[in-house]
Amino acid sequence: MSTQVPETETETEADEETGVEHEESLAPAQQERMRKKAEGRADREERARREAEERANAEEDTYHLKVFRFDPEVEGKQEPRFDDFHVPFEKGMTVLDALIHARDTFDSSLTFRHSCRQAICGSDALFINGRQRLGCKTQLSDLDQPVRVEPLPHADVEKDLVVDMEHFYEQMEAVEPYFDADELPDGELEEQRQTRENREKVKMSTRCIWCGACMSSCNVAAGDNEYLGPAAINKAYRFAMDEREGENRKQQRLNILEQEHGVWRCQTQFSCTEVCPKDIPLTEHIQELKREAVKNNLKFW
Amino acid sequence: MYEHDVIVVGAGGAGLRAAIAAQEEGADVAIVSKLHPVRSHTGAAEGGINAALREGDSWEDHAYDTMKGSDYLGDAPAIETLCKDSPKEVIQLEHWGMAFSREEDGRVSQRPFGGLSFPRTTYAGAETGHQLLHTMYEQLVKRGVTVYDEWYVSDLAVTDEERPEDRTCHGVVAYDIQTGELSGFRAKEGVILATGGLGQVFDHTTNAVANTGDGVAMAYRAGVPIEDMEFIQFHPTSLPSTGVLISEGVRGEGGILYNAEGERFMYEYGYASNDGELASRDVVARAELNEVGEGRGIDDEYVHLDMRHLGDERIVDRLENILHLAKDFEGVDGLEEPMPVKPGQHYAMGGIETDENGETCIGGLYAAGECACASVHGSNRLGGNALPELIVFGKRAGAHAAGKDLGTAEIETGQRGEYEPGEIDTPVRPGEVEPAGGEGDAVADGGVAAETGSGDGLDIVERAVTRERERVQSLMEKDDGVQHAEIRSDVQETMTEHVNVFREEDGLKQALEDIAEARERYQNVFVKDPSRTFNTDLIQTIETRNILDLAEAITLGALARDEFRGAHWRAEHQERKDDEWLKHTMLSWNDGSPEIWYKPVILEGEDKEYEPKIRSY
Repeated sequence: MSTQVPETETETEADEETGVEHEESLAPAQQERMRKKAEGRADREERARREAEERANAEEDTYHLKVFRFDPEVEGKQEPRFDDFHVPFEKGMTVLDALIHARDTFDSSLTFRHSCRQAICGSDALFINGRQRLGCKTQLSDLDQPVRVEPLPHADVEKDLVVDMEHFYEQMEAVEPYFDADELPDGELEEQRQTRENREKVKMSTRCIWCGACMSSCNVAAGDNEYLGPAAINKAYRFAMDEREGENRKQQRLNILEQEHGVWRCQTQFSCTEVCPKDIPLTEHIQELKREAVKNNLKFW
Repeated sequence: MYEHDVIVVGAGGAGLRAAIAAQEEGADVAIVSKLHPVRSHTGAAEGGINAALREGDSWEDHAYDTMKGSDYLGDAPAIETLCKDSPKEVIQLEHWGMAFSREEDGRVSQRPFGGLSFPRTTYAGAETGHQLLHTMYEQLVKRGVTVYDEWYVSDLAVTDEERPEDRTCHGVVAYDIQTGELSGFRAKEGVILATGGLGQVFDHTTNAVANTGDGVAMAYRAGVPIEDMEFIQFHPTSLPSTGVLISEGVRGEGGILYNAEGERFMYEYGYASNDGELASRDVVARAELNEVGEGRGIDDEYVHLDMRHLGDERIVDRLENILHLAKDFEGVDGLEEPMPVKPGQHYAMGGIETDENGETCIGGLYAAGECACASVHGSNRLGGNALPELIVFGKRAGAHAAGKDLGTAEIETGQRGEYEPGEIDTPVRPGEVEPAGGEGDAVADGGVAAETGSGDGLDIVERAVTRERERVQSLMEKDDGVQHAEIRSDVQETMTEHVNVFREEDGLKQALEDIAEARERYQNVFVKDPSRTFNTDLIQTIETRNILDLAEAITLGALARDEFRGAHWRAEHQERKDDEWLKHTMLSWNDGSPEIWYKPVILEGEDKEYEPKIRSY
């Protein structure tokens, strides 16, 4: 499949031709730059903080955020800490709006994922005042101050509020998350019929935006790295309950879900259901699949 | 260095469909995206996907509606391809399991949409894009296509022949956002740009923050002409505080627009006495701003969209997502109150010039989806026509890049044939500025690198990597200067002030001056964050350059086109001038100064010629 040319080899060629220094030999220079920047940065941050304080004192309506900071690469940020930001408040402002303001005005190194800012891309799930929420759909006015903003628990922090999502994606992909009908209708313009009731049944499960809030809130997933987790099981539910796939495929899906680290691990604590920003009844879906698995294993002979 | 047969940049609807198609043709294909695929903005599309599926409808009717909606600025070969291919593609999605809404008989549901002569908008609640994006990503996983997620493609590796038509694209340069590693990606067969919209050029937009028009800007600087950039669609119903989209499906289902006096203004003020709320988007957007401008707006800013009379059951069944959006982002319960709405930037009708097979004039370089302009939307896109565009042209680009013969394209690209040179009177010199004190390295320019002979393109990619590494280093090394956020917000504000729904000559010129000034300041841009790990400061700084180039292109096109067509309204020119303007505005990046030229619209379809008709409102 894909071929990967060793990085060093191609770089060396490029270097000889252009005289550009090698990546590794750049490291000390880079470190020096980073050190100098970090120094200048401290000054500027101090200034920004002072300005924020002044603004707060000027009786402007501000919100106080305490934001988790960490960067493995930058001196002075390798020790996790919280930074304070005082953000001017406007009606309707969300936590994401406040973070963007803080970044664009006070500290451009403040790092977080975000894109659609309308609760559909799933990239800004954060731990806000002790609970997993999407930054973009959490109104500041609903929160007590100071608003604590932290990365999702139970995931490795890459930098500031950004966590490594790789494990989450792997679990999602472990359930064979794709439609796979036993048979398709003849003719490329012929639809597979699906009843309204069946579409209604799977509808909530199809709303998952892969934000990872549920996985982060799940005690079982925190203790068992192999547990498929609520999002992946919900994804499997979406297909297992779709009448268009057929019995063979459903059987295979149940086999995946019945394995040791599948549905039986769930202890019905409902934390995933509580935090899901799309209101998917995750725990119910897991319970329903447990029932299916039991039925599946009952042999009447 | 990474190598694949086909490299797709972007993982929304067009990118995923292109990758699947290329793989089905036997190519080793990889997707490179600055987001994870399921984070792509296609997921935010709400209303639906047009396809002539039912008895009583036909692809010919769909094509006719599309040509009329385009205000006769669409190219017939592209429109006919869109309308012929979309039924098969929509059913393909159904076969892939997409959770469409269903009729009693179990077939997929269709609803009426603005400008359509038949209710052919196939939908999945008010979350069609989310369902489509996830369905296609699932198929990608099934096929095991390689994805480099959170890799930011910042430049193309293109040869430097004098004429863009003689150049070849051999790959891209990308930056691993998580580690800061910069690497070349060689594409043996082709590069497909599927980078989506450019809404971040404006400050009130329905588009995601990631929609910074990277693909259009990169192709433009590499020599590909960009087409009809002045045609920006403003969606009539976005939430005033955030720009979040309220689907046209609300009006399709019977939602009504009211002004502050409680009048159903679309009828009472005669903006569209036949179609009312379901007139084309440009018509409704102007009507709303007229109401506000004449003092009949609410809070001097917006109008009301009311769907309460549809009944709770129908709303929950078909528009449930809208209830959530209104509640979460505006604090309004759509079952109990009307929703506040105003026009917001929504879609770029123009983009990278391609033919109906997705090819650009540069060999091996393709584009599909919103970043491309095969010219199916002309000067105004019909609701429900963006999603079929993604899958129809995504698939064609993917298949063609992987070697499938799709026949000779009827649309010519580049300055190959006869073309008409143009001229614009501008207050400032657009394009490149003099490097300030030799610090112009921060500005990537042109995507071209000299061919050095090995012929396999590896050297071209390596040179592009070297140049990009220098650019990143110079941005990172500066200790002080201007931050991208300031420049970006200034450009966004001037665009929203002067190049919005209503456009006047003085305002357009003012915007060009503001953009030129922003360009000057960009010479001194610096990245404050010294980290190589997830440096969004750096990514956004590079994106801001793209925003600058595209803002300028949009404004130049708008200033040059002194007529009123589709979404493009000019205060001084209140009529459509078919004798003069039945042609596409083309911009070519010529050593840093945009050159304007024109090519004729193709109104000649397969069996018929589309006759421009007066647009009666």
